Amino acid sequence: MKILVCITHVPDTTSRIAFTEGDTKFDKNGVQFIIGPYDDYALARAVELKEQSGGSITVLNVGEADTEPTIRKALAIGADDAIRINAFPTDGLFVAKQIAAVAKDGGYDLILMGRESIDFNGGQVHGMVGELLGIPSVSPVMTLDLEGSNAKISREIEGGKEYMELPLPFVAGCQEPIAEWKIPNMRGIMSARTKPLEVMDPTGDAPKTTVSKFELPPAKGEVKLIDPDNMDELVDLLKNDAKII
Amino acid sequence: MAALAFVEIDEGKVKKSSLEAVSYAHAVAGEVTAIVFGNVSDIEEIGKAGASKVLNVTDEKLATANIMAYSSAIAEAMNQEGSDLLVLAKSSLGDPVSARVSIKVDAALASNVADLPDTSSGYTVKKSIYTGKAFANTDLSGDKKIIIIKKNAIAIKEDGGAAEVVEFSPTINDADFTVTTTKVEKAEGDILLPEADLVVSGGRGLKGPENWGLIEDLAKTLGAATGCSKPVSDMDWRPHHEHVGQTGIKVSPSLYIAVGISGAIQHLAGVNSSKYILVINKDPEAPFFKAADYGVVGDAFDVLPKLTEAVKKAQG
Ligand SMILES: Cc1cc2nc3c(=O)[nH]c(=O)nc-3n(C[C@H](O)[C@H](O)[C@H](O)COP(=O)(O)OP(=O)(O)OC[C@H]3O[C@@H](n4cnc5c(N)ncnc54)[C@H](O)[C@@H]3O)c2cc1C
Ligand SMILES: Cc1cc2nc3c(=O)[nH]c(=O)nc-3n(C[C@H](O)[C@H](O)[C@H](O)COP(=O)(O)OP(=O)(O)OC[C@H]3O[C@@H](n4cnc5c(N)ncnc54)[C@H](O)[C@@H]3O)c2cc1C
Repeated sequence: MKILVCITHVPDTTSRIAFTEGDTKFDKNGVQFIIGPYDDYALARAVELKEQSGGSITVLNVGEADTEPTIRKALAIGADDAIRINAFPTDGLFVAKQIAAVAKDGGYDLILMGRESIDFNGGQVHGMVGELLGIPSVSPVMTLDLEGSNAKISREIEGGKEYMELPLPFVAGCQEPIAEWKIPNMRGIMSARTKPLEVMDPTGDAPKTTVSKFELPPAKGEVKLIDPDNMDELVDLLKNDAKII
Repeated sequence: MAALAFVEIDEGKVKKSSLEAVSYAHAVAGEVTAIVFGNVSDIEEIGKAGASKVLNVTDEKLATANIMAYSSAIAEAMNQEGSDLLVLAKSSLGDPVSARVSIKVDAALASNVADLPDTSSGYTVKKSIYTGKAFANTDLSGDKKIIIIKKNAIAIKEDGGAAEVVEFSPTINDADFTVTTTKVEKAEGDILLPEADLVVSGGRGLKGPENWGLIEDLAKTLGAATGCSKPVSDMDWRPHHEHVGQTGIKVSPSLYIAVGISGAIQHLAGVNSSKYILVINKDPEAPFFKAADYGVVGDAFDVLPKLTEAVKKAQG
């Protein structure tokens, strides 16, 4: 079983989001970067599948050299080796083309991703990679179990779940409760330092979208507090002031 | 531009978010064709929202949602109709389907689009990013574009007329049917959380699943959907599809009512596009009050029944 896990390098969920250079660049000042939480679920499931049926896990990130600590963390959690495509991930399509180029001749049985990146929230890269490789893509996947060369999965839909069966290989965008996040132990951290991390050049594909400017939403005003014994006033505000009920 | 709108249905009825997509397409392109899979009881709504033609796919093989086959059918429809713009609402089906279509038709794709585009020079969209904490003004290049709109961001216009409904029979490729759906579990009759205009959500402050009647009573009275915080779904007090936040459902209703939820940044990430937020929490220092428009400092077990009563009274 050869598994490819694609990870993003994203600001911690508690980060204050700010921009610099005339609102054209993300302000990395004081921001801690982590493995995308959904990608972390994908990685955790890959580690469990490897424990069950053997094989190897390769992690892949499309990013510049500053993502390497995040990649090393994935190696510490349990991946065997890593590939970094040395390019700034300018949009989902660009990233998908890079991943597909690696996967095309890689012979992976399973390509696991997060359901979405938590910075650009596209939720698209897995579908694009599936189409580029001509294999199925499923997302958001909540459970994934292997039975020989087939898999049984469940996928979240609005208000419920869908259960599916499909042959390997395929691409899955993962979310909870597919596995519990894993915390690297000391041995993992030590061995991660010497695991192979290959740096590759990107393909010549161009992105089709470009961010011209970032914006922050307008700040919230003061909260209006209502006495718990005066719910009629609250209902009146919702009805006649906000006009929403 | 010539637009195709992908319309989804739920329990045989057109989804509200899909009508938002049709209205977006109508505002941008004028002439809109819609594509819808399955039997639709209120197909006239699609015309009202701005489509002049509806391609209806009723092939039995496509009756259950199928990511690969739907993307092939939509790409075929775009080619047949000469569409250079595909518009759809963000959803668990729309996301994976449109990603595949973007490769098939070689289109630029933008997701989480929060407003109508600026077409004064090219095609610039306002995308919601960092889970609602910021926006990116994004330029799309190339001849074809796919726009996935955020829910409740575009107003449904009802200025359209009667659309011509045409049967559409896409080519069936066996390779698109290697994934078999074995079972679908779905709460019936409920208002879908991501579609809802009003949401009542409960957190750990509710103490246990046995107290959810209080949340449900208020939700039912208002015609709202119910949601919850992550620990609540982790502990199985509520199903996972009600979990709101960074790692759950992102909602953008007119009103989000948060009861006994502290307002952790990861929870706020799922609700910060709500028009109004009402927080009910017994702790005046709860961080959620900083993100709220209206607040009640009090015990949920006391406040909820009173609020439900007051709403009923106002409804007459
Ligand atoms: C500081 C900084 C600035 C950035 N600026 C931009 C920008 O201006 N515009 C922009 O579009 N993107 C930008 N990105 C890149 C962004 O992180 C994503 O990699 C990329 O945009 C794809 O995002 P998406 O939301 O479409 O992915 P999704 O479709 O939501 O991602 C789904 C899954 O695909 C995989 N995946 C996504 N991206 C990568 C990757 N880079 N490497 C490996 N696997 C991946 C992950 O498993 C992820 O969970 C920036 C990243 C950083 C760190
Ligand atoms: C990577 C990551 C992702 C996460 N993603 C999410 C996510 O998507 N969604 C999410 O919700 N969380 C998420 N979390 C968890 C988040 O950090 C919080 O732990 C969680 O939101 C807290 O849930 P809560 O508000 O229900 O519980 P608590 O924080 O325990 O808050 C309970 C609140 O109820 C109030 N209360 C108690 N009793 C009463 C009463 N009788 N009447 C009224 N009020 C009362 C208390 O004052 C308190 O404010 C994530 C965390 C991480 C690290």
